[in-house]
Amino acid sequence: MANTVHIDVVSAEESIFSGEAEFVVAPAGGGEVGIYPNHAPMITTIKPGALRIKQSSEQEETLIFISGGMLEVQPGMITVLADTAIRGQDLDEAKAIAAKEAAEEALKNRSADIDYAAAQAELAEAVAQIQAIQKLRKTIH
Amino acid sequence: MAGSKEIRTKIKSVENTRKITKAMEMVAASKMRKAQDRMRASRPYADKIRNVAAHLSFAQSEYRHPFLIKRDVVKNVGLIVVSSDKGLCGGLNTNVLRLSLNQMKTWEAEGKGISVSAIGNKGYGFMNRIGAQVKSHITGLGDTPHLEKLIGSIKVMLDAYIAGEIDQLYICYTKFINTMKQEPTMQQLLPLSGEQLGSPTGHWDYIYEPEAKPVVDELMTRYIESLIYNAVAENMASEQSARMVAMKSASDNAKSVIGELKLVYNKARQAAITKEISEIVGGAAAVSS
Repeated sequence: MANTVHIDVVSAEESIFSGEAEFVVAPAGGGEVGIYPNHAPMITTIKPGALRIKQSSEQEETLIFISGGMLEVQPGMITVLADTAIRGQDLDEAKAIAAKEAAEEALKNRSADIDYAAAQAELAEAVAQIQAIQKLRKTIH
Repeated sequence: MAGSKEIRTKIKSVENTRKITKAMEMVAASKMRKAQDRMRASRPYADKIRNVAAHLSFAQSEYRHPFLIKRDVVKNVGLIVVSSDKGLCGGLNTNVLRLSLNQMKTWEAEGKGISVSAIGNKGYGFMNRIGAQVKSHITGLGDTPHLEKLIGSIKVMLDAYIAGEIDQLYICYTKFINTMKQEPTMQQLLPLSGEQLGSPTGHWDYIYEPEAKPVVDELMTRYIESLIYNAVAENMASEQSARMVAMKSASDNAKSVIGELKLVYNKARQAAITKEISEIVGGAAAVSS
């Protein structure tokens, strides 16, 4: 049996690939890296690009496109933590700013203090309603 | 036949209501299955990233990420409230919001400032109404939670933590236990505690490419995001199963109401017939005598 390493490609939303590989090429942050089995422990970022997995010398290479993420290498295992979204410092920043602005917009024309009494009353009302319904149900049956 | 027409109309209307609740029950059941699958699909990523983060938190000595450093004085607290976008799911949102509110009350009694990030329409509306400091919010996530939509709001809170505007970050969501049982849960996200990550499996360090700081930064952000994504996925599974159960009991209730109304209707019909016969008999007796 040929010397192989286990590789897992996972994203937050799904598991993409899992299997044995003889050789893996990943688009790391500092340039492409090739990984053979028994590589020293390494951790790096991945740029958007193609991940090439050679499972055995007979088979064709498996190509997986990833939009970035992290690569963790251990002697017997490679883990690719793929991003589901296209990321970037600027993109993330833009999203954060948009989220902030929306919240600030909503905050205008509002009193600053939390009215705990009113809030609690509101929740208590909802709870009481549910309890009343449950009691009513018991008496009916 | 006094009242029998009204009763018939009432029966009809309850039957229509039952049809709707029944349909909603079935829709929720099928969505629940998908939501549960999605919840499970996110688990391998979460496990993997937790392992890596656990290792980093112990092995790293040259650079410690701010997320891992515990602050001595906690002045301000951040809270992420995960709720559903739509109602008709029993006490799901009420329970989460009550837990959040109690916690917020305790914090305020301790003199801590609170800022809130709301995921889901119900929590957002509630937090707005009670006048909480809502720093960011996302609504309209639909049936599939996408990390892409969550990133912006999460980043607002993470930035606030790094900038020192908040010293702790919590998340409040409904934990999915099984179809019949969901539990509102409060969990501390930041700073990350050692127990949460587990212990490492050796004493070696990684080679960092290109260097430690950016790699650790990216990893920690992703780790927190994956925790929040998981919470949202679980909340969605909880929402669908809570809705299914609520709609099932609504359908059952409608059924029993229909049964009772039918009984009343038949009694009224019987009484009318009896009355008519006795009138005829009485009339006939009067004629023949």
